Amino acid sequence: MSNVSKSPWVIHYDGSSCNGCDIEVLAALSPLYDAERFGVVNTGNPKHADIFLVTGSVNAQNIDVVREIYNQMVEPKVVVACGICACSGGIFHDCYNVIGGVDKAIPVDVYAPGCAIRPETIIDAVVEGIGVLEQKRAALEAQRKGA
Amino acid sequence: MGKATVIPFGPQHPVLPEPLHLDLVVEDEHVIEAIPQIGFVHRGLEKLVETRDIHQFIYVAERICGICSFGHSLGYAETVESLMGVEVPRRAQYLRVILHELSRVHSHLLWLGLAADSFGFESLFMHCWRLRERVLDIFEATTGGRVILSYVQIGGVVRDIDAQTLQWICEKLDSIEDEYKEICNTFLKDSSVRSRLAGVGYLSQQQAEELCMVGPFARASNVGYDCRLLGHGAYGELSDFAPVTSAGGDCLARVEVRCAEVNQSIAIVKELVAKIPNDGIGEKSKLKPAAGAQACNVLEQPRGECYYYALGNGTANLERMRMRTPTTQNLAGMVKALEGCDLADVPMVILTIDPCISCSER
Repeated sequence: MSNVSKSPWVIHYDGSSCNGCDIEVLAALSPLYDAERFGVVNTGNPKHADIFLVTGSVNAQNIDVVREIYNQMVEPKVVVACGICACSGGIFHDCYNVIGGVDKAIPVDVYAPGCAIRPETIIDAVVEGIGVLEQKRAALEAQRKGA
Repeated sequence: MGKATVIPFGPQHPVLPEPLHLDLVVEDEHVIEAIPQIGFVHRGLEKLVETRDIHQFIYVAERICGICSFGHSLGYAETVESLMGVEVPRRAQYLRVILHELSRVHSHLLWLGLAADSFGFESLFMHCWRLRERVLDIFEATTGGRVILSYVQIGGVVRDIDAQTLQWICEKLDSIEDEYKEICNTFLKDSSVRSRLAGVGYLSQQQAEELCMVGPFARASNVGYDCRLLGHGAYGELSDFAPVTSAGGDCLARVEVRCAEVNQSIAIVKELVAKIPNDGIGEKSKLKPAAGAQACNVLEQPRGECYYYALGNGTANLERMRMRTPTTQNLAGMVKALEGCDLADVPMVILTIDPCISCSER
C-alpha cells in the first residue's frame, strides 16, 4: 500500500440489487467505517471516477446503462463487483429477467462476495482495486513511453 | 414562458442509490410533467415460488428489498402461516414486532440521512447514518446480520433473545435519544432546512386519498391510515397506538411525520420488551399449504401498507405469490407532487416519498 499516492474516487451503480448492498456501499462512506478519511469520494460523474462499484446483477434493461457508465470512465479504471448478485447472480441467478453477474457486461477486476456485502468487504475490495489501478496505470505509462 | 424541454433524470444519478428514470418536462425551471419509467431492477422473483419451497422462499422474500428486508420476511411468513393455520407463540410474535419496529427506526434514520443529503446538508446525513449504525449493532448482536436478518421462520422465529439482551436493546435505544433529539431539532427548526422543505411538493388530503397514497407520505397529508391499527400479532396488545399525522402536506410535514415515528417505534419496542411473555419461540412448521387455499395479509412497512397474497397447490411450493408494495402505491402521488415544482427541488420531492424501487419492481 505504500506506493499508493492518489485517493481513488468511486462511482456506484445499482444494477438490479435489492438495496442491501447499496446501503452498505453508502455505510462504508459514513462515520463508522469512514472510507472518506482516505479521500475515497463517491461521485456521480463517471469521468471523475477511478473505481466502478456495481451492485446487483445485469438484465436486459440495465446492461446498456452499465456498459455506458463503464465506457465513459477514463483509463485506467477498475470494476469491483459488490455482493454475490454482482459476482454471479446469487439467489436470483435463475430468475427469468436476470442475465447473470456483471462480468456478462463489462470486465470485472475484483469480486467481493456477501449477501448483503459487509462494509469491511467493500473497503477491502476497494483497497485491492487500488492495487490493480496502480498496475494499470504503470502499464499505460510504459505503453506511452514505448510509443 | 420558455419552450417545453424534456430532461432525462436517471437511471444513474447521484440522489438515489437506486435506478429510477424520469422524463421531466420543464418550462424554464418549472416542472410541468414527470413521466416515470421503471423496470431496471425487475428480477421476476415472484416466479421463484415455483422452484423454492415455502421455507426457502423466506430468504428470497427478504431479498425483495434490503431496507425493508425484515418486513418482507415477516409479511410473507404471516401470509403462509394463515394459509396453513399455523399458530405462532406470543413470544415469537413480540420478538417479530420488536425487530420490525427496530427496522422502521433504521429505515427512517436512513431516509432522514438521504433527505439531508438531497438538500445538500452533508454533515446531517453523516449524523443520521452514525445513529443508524447503533440500530444495526442491535441487529448484528441478535440475529447476526446487518441488513439481511433471516430471523423469521414459518411458525416462529429462528432464535430467542434473552432478557439481558432485551434490556441491552433498551439501553442502546436510550443512548440514541439525546443525539436524535438534536437531529430532529435541526430538521424541524433550522431556518435553512425549513426554507428547502416548507411548501415544497404540496399534496392536499383530498389528493392523497384520491391517489391512494399510503404510509408516512399519506400521513403527512393528514390521512390517519396505518396498518398497525389493525392490531395483527403483538400490535394488538399495545396499550395505546395512534398513527402520527401532520396536516402540512409538504416536504416538511413528511420529515416531521418520520421524525415522530422513530420516537413512536422506540416507545413500542420498550413497551413490548417490558411485557414480553415467556411461551417459547415456536418451531419450524412441517405442514404443507393445501391445494387451492388462499390467504392475504397487510403489513405496515416503514414506507406504508404492503399487501401479500399466497395461493397453495398441495405441495411444498406455493402456486402463486403476489405482493403490492407501498412505493407502487405512492408513485402516482410522487408524479403529482412533482408537477409545478422547481427543477432544483426534484430530488427532494422524489426522496420524500421514500421510494424503494427494488420493492416495487421485484
